[in-house]
Amino acid sequence: MIKRAFAVLAVALMALVFLGVIGDYVELQALRPLARHYVTEVPAQLGAPNVVTGILISWRGFDTLGEVAVLFMVAASIGLLLKKDSAGGAAAGGRDARPPAGEIVTTGAMVLLPLIFTFGAYVIVNGHLSAGGGFQGGAIVASGVMLMLVASPSATLNTALLGVIESAAGVLYVCLGVLGLVLASGFLDPRFLPKGQFGAFISAGAIPLISALLGVKVGAELSVIIDRFRS
Amino acid sequence: MTTGIPVSTILMITGFGLTLTGLWGMLTHRNIMRIIISFVLMGTGFNIVMVASGYVTGATAPIIDTALGLGEAGARAIDPVPSALVVTAIVIGFSVTAVMLAFAIRLYAAKKTLSIDAFTESKW
Repeated sequence: MIKRAFAVLAVALMALVFLGVIGDYVELQALRPLARHYVTEVPAQLGAPNVVTGILISWRGFDTLGEVAVLFMVAASIGLLLKKDSAGGAAAGGRDARPPAGEIVTTGAMVLLPLIFTFGAYVIVNGHLSAGGGFQGGAIVASGVMLMLVASPSATLNTALLGVIESAAGVLYVCLGVLGLVLASGFLDPRFLPKGQFGAFISAGAIPLISALLGVKVGAELSVIIDRFRS
Repeated sequence: MTTGIPVSTILMITGFGLTLTGLWGMLTHRNIMRIIISFVLMGTGFNIVMVASGYVTGATAPIIDTALGLGEAGARAIDPVPSALVVTAIVIGFSVTAVMLAFAIRLYAAKKTLSIDAFTESKW
């Protein structure tokens, strides 16, 4: 009971803090100077219509690289955490074969999988033009992988190949960053490729390339994480 | 439809409500899965608050196309910085959740229960 009272107290105090924040909050009427800079400079300097992708891949590109590294570490640490588990299970009689998925799931997966993967690829490569980008598209691709694993429970995912793809994408990502350092003005500067026509599919310097590598890397990493949880 | 309250304030109240729900769930539930779900709820609430804080009255998404011309971008776009930050926050939240779930699996394998009352070794 006393624990419950402390929980009520903690939530009430947090609610007070939040009420203070909401009470002081006034909706912005105009952009802050930093935001105005980004909104005008991303289309002008990078040639990317989507400002958020422009920020994520160029100014915050180093941060994005670190984020992908965090995802990689998570995939590795989950492998470490769950590895002994499955080995012990296999020694203690092994996990019995999973029952096959139902008719509806397998048929639905057959119809939906190509659509999901195509949509994921579209979101990845269209990140500089419209809403989307590497992370979002990678997550869509991984959701397709998840559907595939649900539809055929006995299938195995080639995690070794996925690991190679993911590492190659990571190395290429860093290589593009270094190219930006050498040919343009800084690490992960996408301006070493021509800007192209504003709004065209091949435009905005190296942003589509970096975005595609990011998508491949995120998709592979999330697929590996999903597969690790399955075993 | 107008309610008199700005849309971003409504979003902020929703986000903070989700956060409080998550906090309450984390403090009161004893099942590890429920604690993890509460944590995700709390993270989602904060993400909503962050996105809401970037809203500019009457503005639209910061994507230059037919709906938002190049010239009026500075006047009619929302603040893109919180949006960019929230993408990061979502990815990190996903990573933390994945690690927590992996730990939950390990804890279940050790004690065959998910109640935190069973894990008293590191309790003082």
